[in-house]
Amino acid sequence: MSDRSLAIRSFTDLANPTRFVALAGRLLPWLAGLTAVLFAVGLTLCFTTAADYQQGETVRIMYIHVPAAWLSMMGYSVMAASALGTLVWRHPLADVAAKCAAPIGAGFTALALITGSLWGKPMWGTWWVWDARLTSVFILFLMYLGLIALNRAMDDAGRAAKVSAVLILVGFVNIPIIKFSVDWWNTLHQPASVLRLGGSAIDPEFLRPLLVMALAFTCLFFTLHLAAMRTEIWRRRIAAMRRQAARGAASA
Amino acid sequence: MSAHLAYVAASYGAALIISAGLIGWVVLDARARRRELKALEDAGIRRRSAGGGAP
Repeated sequence: MSDRSLAIRSFTDLANPTRFVALAGRLLPWLAGLTAVLFAVGLTLCFTTAADYQQGETVRIMYIHVPAAWLSMMGYSVMAASALGTLVWRHPLADVAAKCAAPIGAGFTALALITGSLWGKPMWGTWWVWDARLTSVFILFLMYLGLIALNRAMDDAGRAAKVSAVLILVGFVNIPIIKFSVDWWNTLHQPASVLRLGGSAIDPEFLRPLLVMALAFTCLFFTLHLAAMRTEIWRRRIAAMRRQAARGAASA
Repeated sequence: MSAHLAYVAASYGAALIISAGLIGWVVLDARARRRELKALEDAGIRRRSAGGGAP
């Protein structure tokens, strides 16, 4: 394809995998650079702000726990939007997006669970409780693992995409449960303190590093997702080329 | 520094390991697929839609 035919004029042009690969190649260095800068600023703020009068030094765990928890839900929401793209609009890249978001979302969910546990032990006196918030996030982690396993278990990529999309949309019911579990049930986990009606309940001293780290982790998520999607397109291209070569060899 | 420093260090260590793991997986997978694609092209195998151009 020529440079002119690869130009992206509208959002629907991204449906073309070749155009998407070209765009990803241009965007990735900038996204990776922005991620590195945000992490440098965020980590500096994490270790230069004061300790909390109640939590002490453990408040610094919040600067990675909260962004990881947000991204665990955002990753699944990206997958749910992609599942709609697969089932409703049959967008050729929707299945690629859903498949590539799963391992990244699972990684951030594992990080949220681990750091939550490491914060819980000194603050609550326990590593784990089966309260609604912790349990629903653990179920989210299992759902990510199940979807990764499903994609790997099925040889037919088209069928795997449709089955995964249906399961992703069914599992999306867990996202509002995670978000509102602290309001609906009595939980050891505290209610929302950043994203809530009436504004943030956190002092700007702690809010600043938290938001910069959230931005850094979000940029990391999209950098990894974009790179993984490009690689998945290459993987499918390789499979198509091998099939073509095998057909050519069989007919020769 | 407080008595809870070990919990803070373990949390940042976990973040480093998981982030590095995800970055490593994405980078190594991309490199392997790029090599595979190049090997196929060098063997003269082209996608039908590529029309002989670069992938």
